[in-house]
Amino acid sequence: MTYEFDFSSLLPYWREFAEGVWLTLQLSAISTVLGFVGGALCAIARADGPPWLQRVVGAYVEVIRNTPLLVQVFLVYFGIAILGIRIDANLAAVLALVVNVVAYTCEIMRAGIQSVHKAQIEAADCLGLTKTQTYWHVVLRPAIERVYPALVSQYVLLMLASSITSQISAEELTAVANRIQSDTFRSFETYIVVGLLYLALSFVVRGAFSVFGMLVFTRRRRLGTPL
Amino acid sequence: MSAVVKLSNVHKSFGALKVLDGVSFEVNRGEVVAVIGQSGSGKSTALRCINALETIEQGSIEVCGHAIHSDKLDKRALRLDVGIVFQSYNLFPHLTAEQNIMLAPTCVRKLGKKEAKDLARDCLARVGLAEKADHYPEQLSGGQQQRVAIARSLAMQPKVMLFDEVTSALDPQLTGEVLKVMEDLARGGMTMILVTHEMGFARKVATNVIYMRQGKVWETLPGHQLENPSTPELREFVGSEL
Amino acid sequence: MPTFGFNHVEFLLVAALWTLGLSAIAFIGGGILGFVIALARVSSSALVRGLAGAYVRIVQGTPLLILLFLIYFGLAIVGFNNLPAIIAAGAGLVIYSSGFLGEIWRGCIESVPKTQWEAAECLAMTRWQRMTRVILPQAARIATAPTVGFLVQIIKNTSLASVVGFVELSQAGKLINNSTFQPFIVFITVAVIYFLICYPLSAWSRGLERRLNVGRR
Repeated sequence: MTYEFDFSSLLPYWREFAEGVWLTLQLSAISTVLGFVGGALCAIARADGPPWLQRVVGAYVEVIRNTPLLVQVFLVYFGIAILGIRIDANLAAVLALVVNVVAYTCEIMRAGIQSVHKAQIEAADCLGLTKTQTYWHVVLRPAIERVYPALVSQYVLLMLASSITSQISAEELTAVANRIQSDTFRSFETYIVVGLLYLALSFVVRGAFSVFGMLVFTRRRRLGTPL
Repeated sequence: MSAVVKLSNVHKSFGALKVLDGVSFEVNRGEVVAVIGQSGSGKSTALRCINALETIEQGSIEVCGHAIHSDKLDKRALRLDVGIVFQSYNLFPHLTAEQNIMLAPTCVRKLGKKEAKDLARDCLARVGLAEKADHYPEQLSGGQQQRVAIARSLAMQPKVMLFDEVTSALDPQLTGEVLKVMEDLARGGMTMILVTHEMGFARKVATNVIYMRQGKVWETLPGHQLENPSTPELREFVGSEL
Repeated sequence: MPTFGFNHVEFLLVAALWTLGLSAIAFIGGGILGFVIALARVSSSALVRGLAGAYVRIVQGTPLLILLFLIYFGLAIVGFNNLPAIIAAGAGLVIYSSGFLGEIWRGCIESVPKTQWEAAECLAMTRWQRMTRVILPQAARIATAPTVGFLVQIIKNTSLASVVGFVELSQAGKLINNSTFQPFIVFITVAVIYFLICYPLSAWSRGLERRLNVGRR
């Protein structure tokens, strides 16, 4: 039972590995940005919208949080096909990931929004700010700063979960791994390499978010304390 | 002399609890009116009604020509004319002192960034905190935060300023610095209505003192005559506070 | 081509039982291993802390899918070629769950106020006694809500066991789809079954959280 590890047979595929990393990053980045914007809007709807809208968004969030991403990906992919629209697997992947991460972002942002005291909003109102101005300057800005660590964790998880979209043949790192291991028959080595690449990605992405946070949240950078 | 603030027979209840029971008084331009009384006497509620933060069931309130509680009230215009400072300062924690002050002038009066910054520095200097412009609220003491809150309201150049027990949450040694700022404002001719427990301040600075009890205006007298109240209830109240 | 009907739904429900079974394995196995990890993370030895920390970072930084593939092919390497899929799926989920449960529980242990440690020490208790009689009981109370919440994650994660061929609910859905070619109705049914399993647990976890916060005041 001796197994000869042979990583060298993977060397010729370095370009494919790199491409896989890049594709995963792209997929995650697009989903993160769209997910954040959508999630923030849903959170506002849930915190401050008319009761019917609160219920609708609430139901949507519950459905997403209580069903597996894999099933959501299949439903988006096959559901769109049923409507007669021929869709690229990558687009379906982005769609499914966005639908998923909007729900989680919504919950995180809602907690952030609700952590702002009513007294703050009253003070802003008494200074003459409009509802929109109050919402942006006094509610959303501190809310985002407060929940930023939770958001970052969520988006790193999203990047790792994007591997699931390989199941509908979207192009990202895991799909690349599947192809390479079937070419080389070096499955174990391939998945070790890809595992390490994901690990490295999670460090890099987390680091990038940290740096971004330091740049944007001046207060945090100067004082070092949470809001 | 025109009344800047005029309450006429105002009634308000919170559910079954009657909080304002026919309150009427007037404040003229440049006057400083102190509203005193026990907790639950309705003084803070009256103040909040003046600024349209609470609704009323009966009566009328007129501020700077605005008919509060009428359907046609332009709330935005009211907010430009009336400034309010709260007991818990309510500074925005994610903004520096300077940014706190600049926010409303840039958003509401549409000032440019540089103009707003200069205005903020001026207001901070007026309350004696010019060197704290770059500090965040959590780096300031309670008294300093309250002075920034006053500067923040001042920056909008209101015609009337309301003060809702602004020193009650402060340690005694920090109260003095806030009262000094308020005294300076009064001497500068600002029309002020303050709900306060500071009897010494009321006697020294207030044009008129209104004593409220059980939701009614129990007695009104000039500030400097605060040691000689007519009603026994006020006599007892002043005696217990001083 | 058969149409999706009640016999298919029955097949899905049986597969759902396998989902629950796999979830139980993952939860119990992951729980035991995770408990060890949590204790290691608060150990007085820096080496033990570091190793456990590395374990958690690796497990949390790798997609579950990759982990499952690694175990599947890894087991094949050491000679286990024809194992039932549940072994690979179970092992993968146990490791994955341990990495997350360990972290959750470490957080709960650390959120027990330091004063409790001090009080127990002043009563001349050994470190082990302090841990088992004072800290862990309190940590366990704090941990109930997030643990139930993670159980929901485990149940959802079992859907990935389909890639190593284990027939749980999602794989059953794929199989039915391959014969009926009605993916939408099939996977909607699958989603509904997952929802019916997960939602009560999520609601319970939220209820526990609310009650805990009230109790602590």
